[in-house]
Amino acid sequence: MALLDLANPSRFLKFANSVVPWLAGVTVLVFGFALQQAMVAPNDYQQGATVKIMYLHVPSAWLGMLCWSLMSVAALGTLVWRHPLADVTAKAAAPIGAAFTLLCLVTGALWGRPEWGTYWVWDARLTSELVLFLLYLAVIALWRTVEDPSRAARAVAVLTLVGAIDLPIIKFSVDWWNTLHQGASVFRIGGSTIYPTILMPLLFMTGAFTLLFVTLLLAAMRNEILRRRVRTLQLMQANAAS
Amino acid sequence: METTAHIDFIAAAYAAAVIVVAALIAWVALDHRAQLRKIAELEMQGITRRSAAAPGRPTEQAAESAREQAKA
Repeated sequence: MALLDLANPSRFLKFANSVVPWLAGVTVLVFGFALQQAMVAPNDYQQGATVKIMYLHVPSAWLGMLCWSLMSVAALGTLVWRHPLADVTAKAAAPIGAAFTLLCLVTGALWGRPEWGTYWVWDARLTSELVLFLLYLAVIALWRTVEDPSRAARAVAVLTLVGAIDLPIIKFSVDWWNTLHQGASVFRIGGSTIYPTILMPLLFMTGAFTLLFVTLLLAAMRNEILRRRVRTLQLMQANAAS
Repeated sequence: METTAHIDFIAAAYAAAVIVVAALIAWVALDHRAQLRKIAELEMQGITRRSAAAPGRPTEQAAESAREQAKA
């Protein structure tokens, strides 16, 4: 099946029905391995065992930003190319991105209390991440406010592209401002500053979380296509009755 | 620093992750069943998409799958 064929919702449904169970199985296996690696990884010489929170915090932060990036591409697909799956992708991705961003904030607070002595500070990194979470909630609310899916998609696409300004702010906040949050330590010029015995489990966990995200996204997109079919059938029913 | 020094915070973080992931999985699974059930109900009332009129199309497969689930 060519990639372009998936632009057809019916073909996408067929593809998702066959791929989602396999992806779910692979995700479980990779998660099992990654969690085992995270549990046996050594403690940090300064933070002790609290470094194990990093194995949840970093992947969820990465997915929160990845998801908004994906929604931004989908927004372009909606506004410029009117791709049939673009607004389906954007709508299905929003709750998943919101959930991972919330997890990032919660695990960050639980990591911050023992390391910084506080759950929360209004520094640039934490505040811009909170703004991302609020943007997700705004997108979800907008989808629910406008009844016509195609009108809602255009409004959401504009909001998504405006909200994408927050992504570089999150990424570079630790460089642009003086923050309590540490600077980049995984993806940075000059290589990672994390010791390999701690870095490798982090990369495995990030891979496992990303697989989970892809699985959930495909399943949620399948649901959204079915929801639109329900709407079409209900409109046909209403037209037949009138 | 001892391994157990901040075990409460570590356990709370992993518990939060389990709750969030379980909620996402439940949302996707329950939503899928709900949409299939609605399509099945509408198709049983004779409301069918024109493009799904041919046998073996995804909508009919969805309806069939929902009917099987309902029987189970």
